[in-house]
Amino acid sequence: MAEISKEQVKHVANLARLAVTEEEVEMFTQQLGDIINYAELLNELDTTDVKPTTHVLDLKNVMRKDEPREWITKDEAMKNAPDQANGQFRVPSILE
Amino acid sequence: MTNFETVIGLEVHVELKTASKIFSPAPNAFGSEPNSNVNPIDLGYPGVLPVLNEEAVNYAMKAAMALNCEIATDTKFDRKNYFYPDNPKAYQISQFDQPIGEHGWIEIEVNGEKKRIGITRLHLEEDAGKLTHGDDGYSLVDYNRQGTPLVEIVSEPDIRTPEEAYAYLEKLKNIIQYTGVSDCKMEEGSLRCDANISIRPVGQAEFGTKTELKNLNSFSFVQKGLEFEEKRQREVLLAGGEILQETRRYDEQTKETILMRVKEGSDDYRYFPEPDLVPLYIDDAWKERIRAEIPELPDARRKRYVEELDLPVYDAAVLTSTKEMSDFFEAAVAAGADVKQASNWLMGEVSAFLNKEQIEVQDLKMTPEALAKMIQLIADGTISSKMAKKVFAELVKNGGDPDKIVKEKGLVQISDEGQLREIISKILDDNEQSIIDYKNGKDKALGFLVGQTMKATKGQANPPMVNKIILEEIDKR
Amino acid sequence: MSLFDFTLKELQEKLHNKEITVSDLVEASYDRIKEVDGEVKAFITLNEEAAKQQAKELDEKLGAEASILYGMPIGIKDNIVTKGLRTTCASQILDNLTDPLYDATVIQKLENEQTVTIGKLNMDEFAMGSSTENSSYADTRNPWNTDYVPGGSSGGSAAAVAAGEVFFSLGSDTGGSIRQPAAFCGVVGLKPTYGLVSRFGLVAFASSLDQIGPITRTVEDNAHLLQAIVGHDQMDSTSANVEIPNYSEALQQDVKGLRIAVPKEYLSEGVDPEVKEAVLAALKKYEELGATWEEVSLPHSKYAVAAYYLLASSEASANLARFDGIRYGKRTEKRVDMIDMFKESRAEGFGYEVKRRIMLGTFALSSGYYDAYYKKAQKVRTLIKEDFEKIFADYDVVIGPTTPTPAYKVGEKIDDPLTMYTDDVLTTPVNLAGLPGISIPCGFSSAGLPIGLQIIGKHFDEAMIYRTAYAFEQATDFHTKRPNLGGGQ
Repeated sequence: MAEISKEQVKHVANLARLAVTEEEVEMFTQQLGDIINYAELLNELDTTDVKPTTHVLDLKNVMRKDEPREWITKDEAMKNAPDQANGQFRVPSILE
Repeated sequence: MTNFETVIGLEVHVELKTASKIFSPAPNAFGSEPNSNVNPIDLGYPGVLPVLNEEAVNYAMKAAMALNCEIATDTKFDRKNYFYPDNPKAYQISQFDQPIGEHGWIEIEVNGEKKRIGITRLHLEEDAGKLTHGDDGYSLVDYNRQGTPLVEIVSEPDIRTPEEAYAYLEKLKNIIQYTGVSDCKMEEGSLRCDANISIRPVGQAEFGTKTELKNLNSFSFVQKGLEFEEKRQREVLLAGGEILQETRRYDEQTKETILMRVKEGSDDYRYFPEPDLVPLYIDDAWKERIRAEIPELPDARRKRYVEELDLPVYDAAVLTSTKEMSDFFEAAVAAGADVKQASNWLMGEVSAFLNKEQIEVQDLKMTPEALAKMIQLIADGTISSKMAKKVFAELVKNGGDPDKIVKEKGLVQISDEGQLREIISKILDDNEQSIIDYKNGKDKALGFLVGQTMKATKGQANPPMVNKIILEEIDKR
Repeated sequence: MSLFDFTLKELQEKLHNKEITVSDLVEASYDRIKEVDGEVKAFITLNEEAAKQQAKELDEKLGAEASILYGMPIGIKDNIVTKGLRTTCASQILDNLTDPLYDATVIQKLENEQTVTIGKLNMDEFAMGSSTENSSYADTRNPWNTDYVPGGSSGGSAAAVAAGEVFFSLGSDTGGSIRQPAAFCGVVGLKPTYGLVSRFGLVAFASSLDQIGPITRTVEDNAHLLQAIVGHDQMDSTSANVEIPNYSEALQQDVKGLRIAVPKEYLSEGVDPEVKEAVLAALKKYEELGATWEEVSLPHSKYAVAAYYLLASSEASANLARFDGIRYGKRTEKRVDMIDMFKESRAEGFGYEVKRRIMLGTFALSSGYYDAYYKKAQKVRTLIKEDFEKIFADYDVVIGPTTPTPAYKVGEKIDDPLTMYTDDVLTTPVNLAGLPGISIPCGFSSAGLPIGLQIIGKHFDEAMIYRTAYAFEQATDFHTKRPNLGGGQ
């Protein structure tokens, strides 16, 4: 039986940059545990010699030519910014 | 007292100078107004997709081949997940388990000793934007650099001294510049370096705990930072302390390394294959096409200069230090310049001028053909070496054709013996006392007569001929 | 009778005969929205002013060479990016994205055909869900009975067509998100072969599974809409460069001699008896039409849901990481440092289902678990793909139900994520294998809710799917039934 601990849930939430309350940790621990448990079903299958599939189509070497193209203006680039200063996106600094 | 051995590994990032970015068609340019070379792909807008720039792959292959790497036949891209404001998708498209190049090496030389440094891997990825920290509690993000094609070159832990690290970086930069895929300008960030260093008692097989040096702004700071760190680690161990897995930076003012953060475990980047990009299959024909485009590399050139052009080892090393200098030299020789003279001019006057003006050889107004012509004019006696300096000054200032400059400035040397003899006879006539003085053993008198002759010819007389004719004429009297 | 009860062909004829105008069609759309959308709640954002202006212009320049889609009112799922028109993915994190700066490739293609975008359609947030209850705006309701869910995630797209609010719509399908709501709402929904329709401008949920597809009232109209949006796109590296057949020509052929495979797993105990009965009746109809069917096995289909949720969530955990409150979208009002700015903005902007999947995906990719979950799921994906390849060596199409049950009541399953997930058992294998699949109406439950028949084809064999679907549609009248909504049409 797969188990997932509250500590793991907190760790994963931190990796995913999601703030979680204690109640949410509780809820996700339960729900993720159920889902992971269900996913253990896959272990019925011996997949030792099976190749993993990332792409269903067998495409290779899809590339474009090295040609620059104008697209949006600088004003458009900044248009949806929640916060900006001096033509740059503004973010709070990291606390050392 | 325990003897320690130092183990250094270097991670070098080099930006490739393609016209457009690696996964978007935005221009790849340095020094533009913030956020002006960006499009929705670079900004990580919802719904955008990456499309690989073929030239970025070609450039990465070229760099990998020049560093003696084996080129992968099957390769792919992966997502490296981490949150940071300069990383707009919160994943960097990079290569995890199938880098484009592996098992390379370069040869360095320190104190006359040659040594091969292994290159573990070279992989292709996208550069991040640029975050500038303010002192008001905010930072600013400019995404112009986001998506610039980048190769990461990881060395084997073969480097044993900070000098070797310096030599490795110089050599790496030299080779990559020759391939033409990057400018490798540290001051513009097109070459960046992180260094890992650990020490261990001599004879111990396993490595010691390493620290990582980041934000190193020049090759000499890499060397100095490593020298400091080597000493610091030794002192910690000798005092019975323990080295922690830390990230440190080199402070240029205090000449010390300063702790940035202690690493707790390894970062969890959750790499997985990039589903938006399909795999690459690099067949032999593609590899050979790129291999054929690699120019002669510095080591080969150096060897050829010594063996075929009979240049001193020192000259060969200086001339090949950059591809541009070396190309200039070759073009001058191809235009008919004497090999040694061309070398002398480039290592002497030309290098001094470049240093004074803080420019690169490719920025010179003087063409290699002009240098060759000037050298020929000296060799055939048309101009004196003194005149040549004037011609050179004009060439580097305004460019042009040495023949024309010589004519316009009236710099043609008088080498006509009859003409000179006539002028000199007249000068001897006017300076009887000097002849007497010379005959009485005052050698200075000869100098005076030569000076008078040069004055009379406005400096255009061929000096060796003047000397010879004056002596002959005095003898006659 | 509503204008939208006519077929495309009929409406184009009326347009060219000047019986109606594009403005009439667009007016009909907005009138119907005003009449019923308070109940159905299919739309997040309307494009009324621009659409009416465009209709006027189209009326002026209508020429003989006009495309068959000329002037047709279309609804767009809100995870397809529209320049100058708000695109939210039904998420608070993009609530303020009034202009996403560019048009998705499918939108550019529709512009060439001169369709009129009526508005952006509701969905489960970031396409994660099967009932449209995960929208941060409203629960879209099933037009056949507004106590019931419309399915999801393209619930708005299916409901709007079923309710006659638009002529047709675009949805997206990652694990069944077109076919399942099409089945619940009694309309025709196709998930094309992976790579047939460009994903450029489709806000990514699971990049290796996502496809945009058409939702319509009839098979023939579906073929016309698909024809307009397919084709190789240089902006999408996973876009296939294949020859595109004329889909409506494929409809001409009958199904005599067609070989149908029916996986026994698709009619097993988890399937509602009424659904099973409707599917068996459909197979009988196919026999009458000259086709044959045999029971086959897709032995790995029971693993599809687990593999699907691991893979889709893993990809989603990376795809949704860009929503960080820096370049666009929601930023927390709280005064916090950089790391907490990320965490708080995302916690405030995402709903629980999205968070759950981000957490699941992050876990499946994290150090120490990658091989056991992510890579294992990729290998099972290979097995599922091979199951279908074996069947398609001997059969032309695979047929089964689209969903194990008809639509359920709003609120019935929302607190039980795992049960909700396992309901996707019949649709997710198709996405994992990258195959095309359609859902067409094949009956009604005793409660009066539609039942969907799923037809699955070989890679890039949409023509065969349409041919199979059309033959059934022409022999039945399920597609002519209309929900009793807003006092009837």
